[in-house]
Amino acid sequence: MKDKPEKLIVKGKRLDGRKMDELRPIKIEVGVLKRADGSCYMELGENKVMAAVYGPREVHPRHLQEATKAIIRYRYNMASFSVEERKRPGPDRRSVEISKVSRDAIEPVIIKECFPKAAVDIFVEVLQADAGTRTAGINAASVALADAGIPMKGLVSSCAVGKIDGQIVLDPMKEEDNYGEADMPIAMVMPDKITLLQMDGCFTQDEFKQAFELAKKGCEQIYEMQRQALIEKYGVEGK
Amino acid sequence: MNESIVAEIRKDYMYDLAKKGERVDGRAFDQYRDISIEPGIVSRAEGSARVQIGNTQVLVGVKIQPGEPFPDTPNEGVIITNAELVPLASPTFEAGPPKEDAIELARVVDRGIRESGALDLAKLCIEEGAKVWMVFIDVHVLDHDGNLIDAAALGAIAALLNAKLPNERYEMGKDAQLPVADLPVAITVAEIGGKLLLDPSLEEEQITPAKLTIIFNKDGSISGMQKSGTGMLTSEQIYQAIEMASKKAKEIRKKFLE
Repeated sequence: MKDKPEKLIVKGKRLDGRKMDELRPIKIEVGVLKRADGSCYMELGENKVMAAVYGPREVHPRHLQEATKAIIRYRYNMASFSVEERKRPGPDRRSVEISKVSRDAIEPVIIKECFPKAAVDIFVEVLQADAGTRTAGINAASVALADAGIPMKGLVSSCAVGKIDGQIVLDPMKEEDNYGEADMPIAMVMPDKITLLQMDGCFTQDEFKQAFELAKKGCEQIYEMQRQALIEKYGVEGK
Repeated sequence: MNESIVAEIRKDYMYDLAKKGERVDGRAFDQYRDISIEPGIVSRAEGSARVQIGNTQVLVGVKIQPGEPFPDTPNEGVIITNAELVPLASPTFEAGPPKEDAIELARVVDRGIRESGALDLAKLCIEEGAKVWMVFIDVHVLDHDGNLIDAAALGAIAALLNAKLPNERYEMGKDAQLPVADLPVAITVAEIGGKLLLDPSLEEEQITPAKLTIIFNKDGSISGMQKSGTGMLTSEQIYQAIEMASKKAKEIRKKFLE
């Protein structure tokens, strides 16, 4: 790892020139995989993630079936080459936890009662990582679900906030995450339903408020971009 | 499986109670079940504690031994937290490698200890770049009646407070107290029918759509959070949860850890 830069904020600007409340550039592409029922490719700064949705489809093994609703499965996986030091392929404790909280973040919007005894499988592959992969994954998964035509109560939008040099910043990138004092990813369904909230580091209760409100603003911006990406692919609502 | 069917039948009843401001076991919304902590009950471990919250029982053992530091932190000790949901603790637990619930439990407990700075890792360095103390925190769930995270987190800090650095065994002088710098307390809030309640029992956990665990440091700042469950929480509920939990964390820390 490189040494910690002396300051993460210089003259009111962050290392990559962003303002405190600015997201990294975002690119969202809908329906990029042919075999999947729904898919989405998303870039968030240097993060590159791909999400695919398969389903509703039969559940294997059968004993996992639920009589009245679909089950939702979510797998977050990092490619071995997505990080600086090669990651051993396959699930580790971190990815198992991220898969669980991401599923908890996405599942509330899916109208599971439409598909009794079926499964909806969500696969997120991180191709390139730069802090914020779980939020990028959730954003992409949410769009991929819409692309697959799964009935949903809304889109889930996700972004993180951090604390660097004592200041609250939106969407921390790798260096800010490594050397920052706190990191808090959230996910929400507009206008005000929180489906993911994790935090580690140190926030006073006032800082938490400030960070939480900033994170929600970030989610609102991402929501608009997710919506635009879907409109671009499928046309304007109601037409 | 059977458990969840029972919960389904009682669900409406519990929601009705919540509306009236009551809980199945008669507790107030901000009331914990009785807590007891017994430190030092495993003498082979460098530190240990058994925590009971109502019928929930968790045993945390701390083993400490010298080892190599991570290359990116050559002068810091290492914390490794693990949790096992052994089949003796619940009819729904199975033997085998840890599943996502056990992993989540371990990682949330770990986050609390690590991010609060409960252990001064610099003081656990024996020889820079070569030898540091490795602190293994192992959470053994004995009886699962809800709210494992709070019980395990409390057990972890209690076991660390109880732990000794085994200098004698490695011929490095006298045994010493483990340097504990903060006292993180994890408080879990569950949402039922729009109401928030602390310390959910197993029955309450089975019907709650969403839980939020918040870990507080001594100075009242927050060092970790984890929402879990497939429900949604409003911002208002999250702020309210923090307020409720923050008071309770202070109370529990004062009574059991200070």
